[in-house]
Order: sequence, then structure tokens, then C-alpha cells
Amino acid sequence: MSTFTLYMQYIVNGITLGAIYSLIALGYTMVYGILKFINFAHGDVLMVGAFVGLLVYEALAGAAEPGMWTIFCFFIAMLASMAFCAVLGMFIERVAYKPLRNANRLAPLLSAIGVSFILSNGAAWIFGTTSRRFPYPFENDPIHIGGVTITPHQILVIIVSVAMMVLLAFFVNKTRMGKAMRATSLDQPTSMLMGINVDRVISLTFAIGSALAAVGGMLAAFDFRVYPSMGTMTGLKAFVAAVIGGIGNIQGAMIGGVLLGILEAVGAPLLHIPNGMRDTVAFAVLIIILLVKPDGILGKNEREKV
Amino acid sequence: MALLRIEDISVSYGNIRALSDVSMSVDEGDIVALIGANGAGKSTLMSAIVGLVPLQSGTVEYDGQAICQSKHQKLTTDLIVKKGIALVPEGRHVFADMTVEENLDMGAFMVRDSALIARKKEEMYDFFPILGARRKQKTRSLSGGEQQMMAIARALMSSPRLLLLDEPGLGLAPLVVQDIFSKIRIINEESRLTVFLVEQNARLALKSSDYGYVLENGRIVLQDTGENLLSNESVQKAYLGA
Repeated sequence: MSTFTLYMQYIVNGITLGAIYSLIALGYTMVYGILKFINFAHGDVLMVGAFVGLLVYEALAGAAEPGMWTIFCFFIAMLASMAFCAVLGMFIERVAYKPLRNANRLAPLLSAIGVSFILSNGAAWIFGTTSRRFPYPFENDPIHIGGVTITPHQILVIIVSVAMMVLLAFFVNKTRMGKAMRATSLDQPTSMLMGINVDRVISLTFAIGSALAAVGGMLAAFDFRVYPSMGTMTGLKAFVAAVIGGIGNIQGAMIGGVLLGILEAVGAPLLHIPNGMRDTVAFAVLIIILLVKPDGILGKNEREKV
Repeated sequence: MALLRIEDISVSYGNIRALSDVSMSVDEGDIVALIGANGAGKSTLMSAIVGLVPLQSGTVEYDGQAICQSKHQKLTTDLIVKKGIALVPEGRHVFADMTVEENLDMGAFMVRDSALIARKKEEMYDFFPILGARRKQKTRSLSGGEQQMMAIARALMSSPRLLLLDEPGLGLAPLVVQDIFSKIRIINEESRLTVFLVEQNARLALKSSDYGYVLENGRIVLQDTGENLLSNESVQKAYLGA
């Protein structure tokens, strides 16, 4: 295999991984945009999403042979998981963050870390700590294009992620509530003057972010399996992706995720970083971004006109 | 008939008292001006009317109904503005990352009839032609005067009965300020919209108004028709530079 095709392969793998980071990064960035607060429990919501998706999928598909039926089951499981996590996200906000909205900035952050522990320990208590495999809903025979191999599961990850991001872009740019969400993140008191119920917008933001995390969790489960602490590292990296793109910026989270995925997939072999140390790439990128361009790629660095 | 009635309201920020027992009223169809120096409490009064700052005592009544009360405040800002009040905040506060059109859409957030929204937008583009020309532009690219027009148009999108204007002339060239005030007078005459405004340019504000109040250190010290205040000796000395 030539070096070129080898690196093309890394890039394909990186895009797949990055699409998952993007989906999860969106939840961090949307919440930050409105509340200026990092929801550190977000990674654990993706773990819950993976578990709910797996349970629903197993209940529906049973031991069925991979085929149209199992693919259908997978999408039903995804919808169920999204709905479950949307409600969970709104519940967490209502119980753990809303009462602290006027408190010291550190309080909701600590509360988020608490929620994170409750979710991951709760999952360990209910499901045990051994990891489970998420079965492929279809035959995963790789497809060869040139020298590059792409698996059906990678295609699924990319199609689902792109569809979710297109839907989200449509929502925030074209719908009444989507625009209200952008307005609230730009200027909260003024959006109240427009008659926007800010509490409702915040609830909706958590619902959407958590539903996207559920999808990200299920897609990540193919590669990483399902276990109670699966959200920690994936969540942290998605957070790095959000910072790379410019935290608070929705497009930035999409770009940041894919970019981080590619950097990780290409950077590790390029710099001869052993597999066990791959995670260092993401955090090295974070440090470089914080030093060079702390606002991220698409961060708001323009001054407001007064 | 008084559309807005403010009774004995007081507001404090920590230990600092911003408003002390302020009472005033705005009659339906009038333009009423509130003048006063920097820090007199003018913007605090505006924010208090729409529930953005809590009252320590007193009541704000709109259309015969209490909308803000100390202790048992029931209404949040979004519910107060739904009753038909629109505030153009000090410093304009346009949604800078949104286009002119999207800003107007936000102004019509409470309107559910999309045909009505479209018609309102066309009305605004006719009344403020510069906004029509820039409808697809991000609001941050507009000049200060254009942003002020934009903020007023956004407030008018909800077809309010009472328009509150907080320093519409702030930081703008005198000609632009005059243009804005003439627009305000046209709106008031054509649609009988009640206007309550706060302004540093006392001469222009009082000339345009039916009635005026003078606020000093959080207290109303004088009130009269706009004309009478213009000829009042102490007003001339303190605010008109005569």
C-alpha cells in the first residue's frame, strides 16, 4: 500500500471518528452559548444514550439475522434513545442547574461533575462494569474504493451524522424557536423583551444537545463498546472539539469535531505515537489552540459595534 | 385615560437606591418624556416597567392591571411584553450576528400569523427604507443610526400599544437624532401609539412630547406639559444650557 492510500485511509477513519465528536460537541457548545457554562455531565448522557439504544435494539431485533429488519430496529432504537436522553437532559437542567443559575459560577460546574458521577455510577450499579458489544445491524463487509477500505458502519456513521447536522442547521436558521435560541445566546435580556421565554429555550437546548449525544453514543458504541465510563474520554474529546471550533459556535463544533478526528487519526501514525498514547494528540491540540487562538477557529473575536 | 401608571416605586441595587417613591402616568395616545442627568435613574425606571429589575416597593399598572409589584411579582418580562409593551433598550441591543430580517422576525416572536409578520416587515421596510436595502445584511455592519432604526422597527413588529424608548439618541449625530424623533412623531400620530421615552437631549425630547417628567437622584422633581417645561427656568438652567 502506498503512503498516499495509507493516509487516505487514516483520513477516512478520522472523518468517521470526527463526525461522532461533532455530534457530541454540539451539545457542549449550544449549552455554553446560552448559559456560559460547561455541562460536564454531557459525556455521561452519551453513555446513557448508548445503553438505552442497545437495550431497545436487543429487545426488538433479538437474534435476528442482519438485514432490513435489523436496520429498521436500529433506527427505532436510535429514536427511542434520543427521546429518552432529551427528557433526561431537560430533567438534569431543571433539577441540578436551574436552581443554581444565579449562584457563583463555580456552583453549576460542581453540580455537573456530581451529575456525571451519579450517571456513571448509576449505570455501573444497574448494568455492571463489563463492557458490552453493540451488534452491527448489517453485514459489516468492507467496501474497497481504490486502495481505501470503508466499512458499511463507517458509511452509517457519516450519513447519520450529516443528516443530524443538516437538521440542526435548518432548525437554528429557519425555525421560530431555532432563531429564538440564537437570539438568546446573543443577548438574553433583549430576547426576553421580544417575548421569548428563556427558561423554555434553555430546556429545549438541553433536550436537543442530549438527543444528539444519544446518537453520538450509539454510533461510538460500534467501535468502543458500551460500558458505564465510556462517556468520560469521548466526552472530553468532544469538549476539546468544541473549543477548537470556538465554544458557543454551532458551525465551529461541527468543524472542530471532524478536524480533531482527522488530526487524531493522521497525527498518531505520522508522529509515531503508539496506540495507547493516541489520546495525547487531542489534548496536545487543545493546548496549542488555547495558546495560539483561544477563541477557536470560528470563535467570536470581532468587537461589537457600540 | 392612563395606559401606564407607576405608583410609589422604589428600586435599589444593593445599598444604592436608584429610584425613590417614583409616581407618574402616561396617557393613551400621548408622547411622554422623562428627562434627567446621567445616573438619575432613567434607565432603571424603564427596566423596572418591563420587570427586568425587581421593585422594592410600589406598583406598575398597565391598562388597569398590575404588571409589576414588590414582594409578589407574578409576571416575568416575556409575559409583560405580551400584554402589548415594547421596549427599545438603551444602547440598541440589536442581535448583531443576525440579519436585519431575522432581527425583525425576533421582534415578531409573539405573532403567530406568518402573513401578518410578512406584512409588518414590508411596512417597516417602507417606513425605514435603509432597512429594506439592508435586509439580508448582518446587523453588526449597520451604522449606529441604522441600528437605532432597526431596534425601533424590531419593537414595532409586535404591534405594541405602548412603546418605551430608552435614549434613542444616544451617541448619534444631531441630524440622525432629529430624523429618529420625527419618525417617532409620525408613528405616534398615524397609529395613535403611546410613547414613553427617556432622553438626554432634553430640548428635542420636550419639544416632541405632550407631557414631561424631570428625574433627579431617583426622584421626580418636576412634571408639566412639554411646552411648559421648556420655558421653566430651572429646567432651562439644568438641562437646556440656557
